[in-house]
Amino acid sequence: MDELSILIGGKAGDGIRQAGTIIGKLIGRLGYRIFLYDDYPSLIRGGHNFSVIRASGKKVLAHKDKVDIIVALNQDTVEKHHEALTKNGIILYDSDKVKSEGVGLPFSQIVKEHEGAPIMRNTAAIGAFAKMIGAEWSLLERVIKDTEKKATSLNLKIAEASYRLVGQRFFDMKQLPLKPLPIVSGNEAIALGAVQAGLNLYIAYPMTPASSILHYLASHEDELGIVTVHPENEIAVAVMALGAAYAGARTMVGTSGGGFALMTEAISLASQGEYPVVFVECQRAGPSTGVPTYTMQADLHFVLNAGHGDIVRFVVAPGDTEEAFYLTALAMNIAWEFQIPTFVLSDKHLSESLFSFDPDTIEIGASEPLLWDKKAPYKRYSFAPNGVSPLAFPGDPEATVKGTSYEHDEYGITTEDPAKIQKMQDKRLSKKPALKKRLQQIEQVKIYGNENSKTAIICWGSTKGVCTEIAEELDIKVVQPLIMEPFPVESLKNTLADVNKVIDIETNATGQLARLLACNGITIHETILRYDSRPFTVDGLLNRVKEVIS
Amino acid sequence: MTKLKELDTYAQNTWCPGCGNFGILTAVRKALGELRDEGTDLHKFVIASGIGCHAKIVDYLNVNTFYSIHGRVPPAISGTKLANPNLVVIGHAGDGDAYGEGVAHLIFAAKRNININMIIHNNRVYGLTTGQFTPTSPTGFKGRSTPKGSPEEPINPIELMLSSGATFVARGYAARTGLLKELIKAAVKHKGFSFIDVLQPCHTFFNIYDFYNEKTYELTEENHDPTSYEQAMAKAREWPYETEEKIPIGTFYQVEKPTYEERLLKGRIPANMTPGDIKTVLEHHL
Repeated sequence: MDELSILIGGKAGDGIRQAGTIIGKLIGRLGYRIFLYDDYPSLIRGGHNFSVIRASGKKVLAHKDKVDIIVALNQDTVEKHHEALTKNGIILYDSDKVKSEGVGLPFSQIVKEHEGAPIMRNTAAIGAFAKMIGAEWSLLERVIKDTEKKATSLNLKIAEASYRLVGQRFFDMKQLPLKPLPIVSGNEAIALGAVQAGLNLYIAYPMTPASSILHYLASHEDELGIVTVHPENEIAVAVMALGAAYAGARTMVGTSGGGFALMTEAISLASQGEYPVVFVECQRAGPSTGVPTYTMQADLHFVLNAGHGDIVRFVVAPGDTEEAFYLTALAMNIAWEFQIPTFVLSDKHLSESLFSFDPDTIEIGASEPLLWDKKAPYKRYSFAPNGVSPLAFPGDPEATVKGTSYEHDEYGITTEDPAKIQKMQDKRLSKKPALKKRLQQIEQVKIYGNENSKTAIICWGSTKGVCTEIAEELDIKVVQPLIMEPFPVESLKNTLADVNKVIDIETNATGQLARLLACNGITIHETILRYDSRPFTVDGLLNRVKEVIS
Repeated sequence: MTKLKELDTYAQNTWCPGCGNFGILTAVRKALGELRDEGTDLHKFVIASGIGCHAKIVDYLNVNTFYSIHGRVPPAISGTKLANPNLVVIGHAGDGDAYGEGVAHLIFAAKRNININMIIHNNRVYGLTTGQFTPTSPTGFKGRSTPKGSPEEPINPIELMLSSGATFVARGYAARTGLLKELIKAAVKHKGFSFIDVLQPCHTFFNIYDFYNEKTYELTEENHDPTSYEQAMAKAREWPYETEEKIPIGTFYQVEKPTYEERLLKGRIPANMTPGDIKTVLEHHL
């Protein structure tokens, strides 16, 4: 089979995400490319969680409404999703708990017989699932051994008992001639990208959907050679990060919109004091608390404008894990090359979805910041044509390093002299043309689909996955700006010059990219928005695009 | 011997004549000079401030400084300390700064016992914003935002810091620079979170030199045991920052406990670390 979609559902606490991940890894080891969408409400036990795993012989970055297999650990999964089943689809369910058509197996009973914990019903489901798609037992055994580090032998026994109960294969998933790829979430790719560019400190206060960056980096501190800190609130997070950057540590912070709101005074301080820090903003549905575990792209203008005063900033918007990795590394490098705050704009859909991730396609490392050459007495804010003053750090016996939130002279002493004020503001602002020049070396706008099409979709961030797929099908063009500030206006204008229908597609209520494009003189002809806090699906969006291009 | 002139910058001092901040600056300069003579290199110091009259102190000191924002001195210097624990960090803050805008940060810095030093210029009035009541103004204080008198009772920061877990808690007085210098030196030498509340009369908006001169008395070995939490709390409660009682100054409390950076960093210096190869971690994702 070229492609298979699986939906696994149950209550919170049933281990749905974990089971989805193992299913992803199992099919991933057959060489398939994986996308996993995780849908869960904001509660700890109960409710209804589901994951959709889509496997394909080619790269996939989005899920579909229709699925081939439903794995039901609760009745809700059958009730809510049975209509999603394709014509030849099958429901695999726990016959001890769920009434349904399809393949029912006594998962609860199997777990009980092996004296396992109730959550191990997910392992029983995985065992049966593996047999249904024709996977060898030895393959599943290896995946479970590599993934389930606790109670491994018990999980293996439960999986095997369930595996043996299934008499036939329903889908034929053969080993593909492709190298299995690691399966990584957007947040994990952001974390690894920062490490690749020399991360020393990650500082964060928990907030969905950014928390998994903190969890991931905290649990791999020693392997990755970094330090994580969890302070009292996001204000402390951001200011701590500046204090650490002042002392020479490459530092990143991460949060969602509400926490980011608390960080805005530190963004201003980062600008005035010229402290390099990377801010990750994983958007979720707002305003305010909004819908904490669901997605939205509604903080674009907030991030572009956060902080009082005139600020030079760098904002990236990755759309998949390779971009998340590369652009986060770039954000770290740019922060240190230009001594400015930089921003990685993600959202729940990118941050918490899983993707097959190919690190070999990306080349980036840590770039060197401009360091003081010790020739003249040190001045923290010495004037330079590109606005970048050489760095020295406290502890250097020959430098006195004076960082400040006040307008200041080159040495860092407060000034209220009008000429000095304007000159220092000009110094900071002169980084923007220098940054634009630096960015000419890299791809700022990506084009997909039929490059010559007169119809183009324009999208940003996580929406890229679904848009590129439907563009292939409709033989139209997709334009995706990777950098939202400095906004690559010329590149966008060039690539849209011959297009007579531009369709803006975003998951927010007001069309924030459309507004940014309009501000820059780029015309949008159609806008397709989704703002029920759920991401677009391939089949769902395809119908909406067909409506506007017919 | 360090010449104190070496510690000065070209910045013009703009504090009002008679300002309590002069006494604090004098004590800090002397403490820095003596600490240097006793072996702590001057370039290892980082001095931070918040926003307000007190904060100008960083412009007047020719050492590494971090002029931060209102209320945020504890996280700013905590970040610096965590990035490079070999640095000696001293944070100056005002009472509005430390006990109002950023009180959560102060409590958490004490709770963690991070090895930083906080010196609070407590003039009990907002000076630079021209005379409003602060968290430590006495009840009934007539400021520009409370012309009928402050309707709130003051916070007792000594009590607050003791109950938050601070391992060095002291009170100084800006007019007693000799004692204050010794307190600052003891705070810097203390391993763990150090806190000094400095009574600093505001000559313009709340001039109470005479009151402090009359009411203050020094804590000594004879009248206080600073290793006793109960005695420290009792001494803290002698003066609730109102207008009647005697005011103890000196070291209320000092004990040794593991520091935050000892527990968190375990000898690592983040600013000097080089991250590992992500390849090994990615193998877990297959």
